[in-house]
Amino acid sequence: MTDIALNPAAPASARPARRDIGLKRRYAAERRFKLYGITAIAIGLFFLVALMYSVFSNGYTAFWQTEVNLAINLDPKIIDPDNKRATDPNVLLTANYPILARNALAEKLGVPATNKPAMRELGKLFSEGVRGQLRDLVVANPSLIGTTQSVWVLTGADIDSAFKGQIDLTVDQTRRKVSDQQVEWMNKLKGERAMSQRFNTGLFTYGASSRPETSGLGVALIGSLYMMLIVLCLSLPIGVAASIYLEEYAKKNRLTDIIEVNINNLAAVPSIVFGLLGLAVFINFFHMPRSASLVGGMVLTLMTLPTIIIATRAALRAVPPSIRAAALGVGASKTQMVFHHVLPLAAPGILTGTIIGLAHALGETAPLLLIGMVAFVANSPVTPLDPSTALPVQIYMWANEAERAFVERTSGAIIVLLIFLAVMNITAIILRRRFERRW
Amino acid sequence: MNLMTERNLEKAVNDKMSAQGNAIKMQGKDVTVHYGDKQALFGVSLDVPEKMVTALIGPSGCGKSTFLRSLNRMNDTIEGCKVGGLLTLDDEDIYNPKIDVVELRARVGMVFQKPNPFPKSIFENVAYGPRIHGLAKNRQQLDEIVEKSLRRASLFEEVKDRLHEAGTGLSGGQQQRLCIARAIAVSPEVILMDEPCSALDPIATAKVEELIDELRENYTIVIVTHSMQQAARVSQRTAMFHLGNLVEVGDTEMMFTSPTEKRTQDYITGRFG
Repeated sequence: MTDIALNPAAPASARPARRDIGLKRRYAAERRFKLYGITAIAIGLFFLVALMYSVFSNGYTAFWQTEVNLAINLDPKIIDPDNKRATDPNVLLTANYPILARNALAEKLGVPATNKPAMRELGKLFSEGVRGQLRDLVVANPSLIGTTQSVWVLTGADIDSAFKGQIDLTVDQTRRKVSDQQVEWMNKLKGERAMSQRFNTGLFTYGASSRPETSGLGVALIGSLYMMLIVLCLSLPIGVAASIYLEEYAKKNRLTDIIEVNINNLAAVPSIVFGLLGLAVFINFFHMPRSASLVGGMVLTLMTLPTIIIATRAALRAVPPSIRAAALGVGASKTQMVFHHVLPLAAPGILTGTIIGLAHALGETAPLLLIGMVAFVANSPVTPLDPSTALPVQIYMWANEAERAFVERTSGAIIVLLIFLAVMNITAIILRRRFERRW
Repeated sequence: MNLMTERNLEKAVNDKMSAQGNAIKMQGKDVTVHYGDKQALFGVSLDVPEKMVTALIGPSGCGKSTFLRSLNRMNDTIEGCKVGGLLTLDDEDIYNPKIDVVELRARVGMVFQKPNPFPKSIFENVAYGPRIHGLAKNRQQLDEIVEKSLRRASLFEEVKDRLHEAGTGLSGGQQQRLCIARAIAVSPEVILMDEPCSALDPIATAKVEELIDELRENYTIVIVTHSMQQAARVSQRTAMFHLGNLVEVGDTEMMFTSPTEKRTQDYITGRFG
C-alpha cells in the first residue's frame, strides 16, 4: 500500500513477476500419467475383446445342432425279427435301429433300397447316435413298435459342419468329407424344411463320445458341480475356522508367524503340485477311486483354502477395533464378540473371498489331470465317487480333437465356463454391495 | 521411584478421609502397567469412592487412560500388556485368576472416546448386553430394560419412534448417549468413561455432562478427560496424572482452587499439557 502511495506513476506491469512454481511441469506429468493409464487399459481391453471375439465367433455355433426330421416306421420285422421281445428284453437293446432311420431317409429322398452305394452314402447323413435315440424311445415305450413316429434325428458331424457352412464346398469332393451327392440331399431336405438347426440340448446332457454330435458337457457339468459343492462344504468351514483362530485367538508368536508365512506361500504354489499331492495322498495312500469328483473336490479344497483364509483374515482385520471394544465393554466373551459382531460384519468379505476362490477352483485344470479326471466318461456320474470329468478338463480334451465339430464345441464349452465364472463373480460383487455395512 | 510410591500410598490413605464419607468402590495399589518393554504406569495408588464422579486428568500419554482401562481389564486385549500391583473391586482382586473377566466387565461398564454403537438397531444396541447376560426372562422384560436404560441416558424421548432403526444413523451426541445406555443396560456398578465428549460438539457435550451428573446417584463413575472445565463441572474428585505417575488426588474443588503440587497448578492453569 505504501509503495503505491509513494509511487503512484508506476505501471501495473512493474509488479514482481509471478514465481515459477513448476505448474506447467506438474500438469504435464499429470497428463502423461493419465495417458499411461489409458494406454494400459486399452491394451487390456484389446486382448479381452480379441479373446472374446475368437471364442464367441468359433463357439456360438456349438449351441445349435443340425437335425433331420424323419418319419420312422418302427418296423417289428427289423427290431424284433424272431418276435422274442416278450421273453428276452435284450432284443430291444440290440436291435438294428440305424437301418430304420436309413430306410426312412431313403423313402423321403426317393433312393431305391437296391442302390447299395447310394444307401451307404445315405447312412452317413445321420449320426450313429440314432441307435441310442431310437432304442431309448422304444425301450421306454415298447407299444410304439409297429407305429410310425416323427423323430428329429441328429445329422452326422460332417453334415452338420457343411450345413453350418464351415466346410469349403468349392474344393473337389474327393478332398472333403461330404460328397456332392450328400450336399444335394442336404439342400433338398433343407428346402423341404426337414433339415434345420435346432438348439443343442445334447451339449449339456451327453457325456464323452468319439462322435462330436453326441458328445457333450453333461458329465463335466455334474463333475464340476460335485467338486464345487465339496470345495464349498470343506473349504468354507475349515478356512473360516482357521482364520478366526489365527486372527482372534492365537497368540502372536514365532509359530503363528511361521503358519502365516506358510499359508501365504501355499496360495502361490502351482496348482499341479496340489494335484501330485492328491495323487500321492488321496489315491495312492488312502486308495480313493481315480477320476472321482470327490478326490478332485478335495484337491481343489487344498488349493482354495489359502485363498479363503487370506480373504477371511483380511475381512476380520477390517472390522474396526471399536466394535470389538464395545462388545467386550458390555461383557461379551471373546467368542460372543467374534460370533455376534465381528463375523457378521466380516461376512461380505468372507463370502466374496469364498466365491472368488470357488471361481478359481472351477477353472482349474492341472491338478485334475493328475488325479485321472481326464478320462473318457460316457455315463453320467451318480455319486461323487463315480468317474467324471470337469468343465476345464473337457475343454482341454476337446481342444486335442481334430474334427471341425470339436473345434466349435471347444469354444462352446469355453463360453459355458466363462458364463459360470461371470455369474459367480457378479454374485460376489452383488453380495458385497448388498451386505457391506458402514460404521 | 520408591519414594514416589510411598508418597502415593500415604496420599491414598489420606484420601480416604477426604472422600466425603463415601465407601471405597475400587482401589488401585501400586499399579504398574507395561506395554511390552515400555512402562506406562509407575506404581499408581488411587481409590475410587462409591457413587461419585472421579475425574482423571493430565497431559496426553500420562497414563490416565491406561489406568482406566486396567479397571475393567480392557488392557487384557492389548498384546504384550502387563499389569502389576493390586486392583480391587469391593475389596476383591480383579486380576485374580479366579475372577471371570466377563463378569467383571458386566460389573464395570465402559464408554469409549468415539461413539461406537454396533451397526444394529437402537433397540438391539441396548438389548445386547442384557441378552448375553440373561438379565431378561422374556421379551417384555427386555423391552422394559431397554426403555429404562434409554430413559436414564435421556435418549428415549428422542428415539422412541425409531427404536428399530440403525444406531449408527444417530447424531454423534445421540450415539454417545446410546453407548451410555448400552453400558447401563447391564446394570453395572461402575462406569468407566474414556474421554466421552472429545468427539462431540459443545451442545452434545453439555447433554452428556448433565447425564453424567444424574448417573452419579446410582453409579460410581470414573471419567478420563482432557478438559479442565469438564473435570471441574462433573467430578467430585480429581486425580492428576503425569508421565505415568499420580501427581495428586483430592476433592475437585480443592484441586482446582488450591492444589498442593506445582505440576498440578501448572497444568490446570495451562502452563503445560
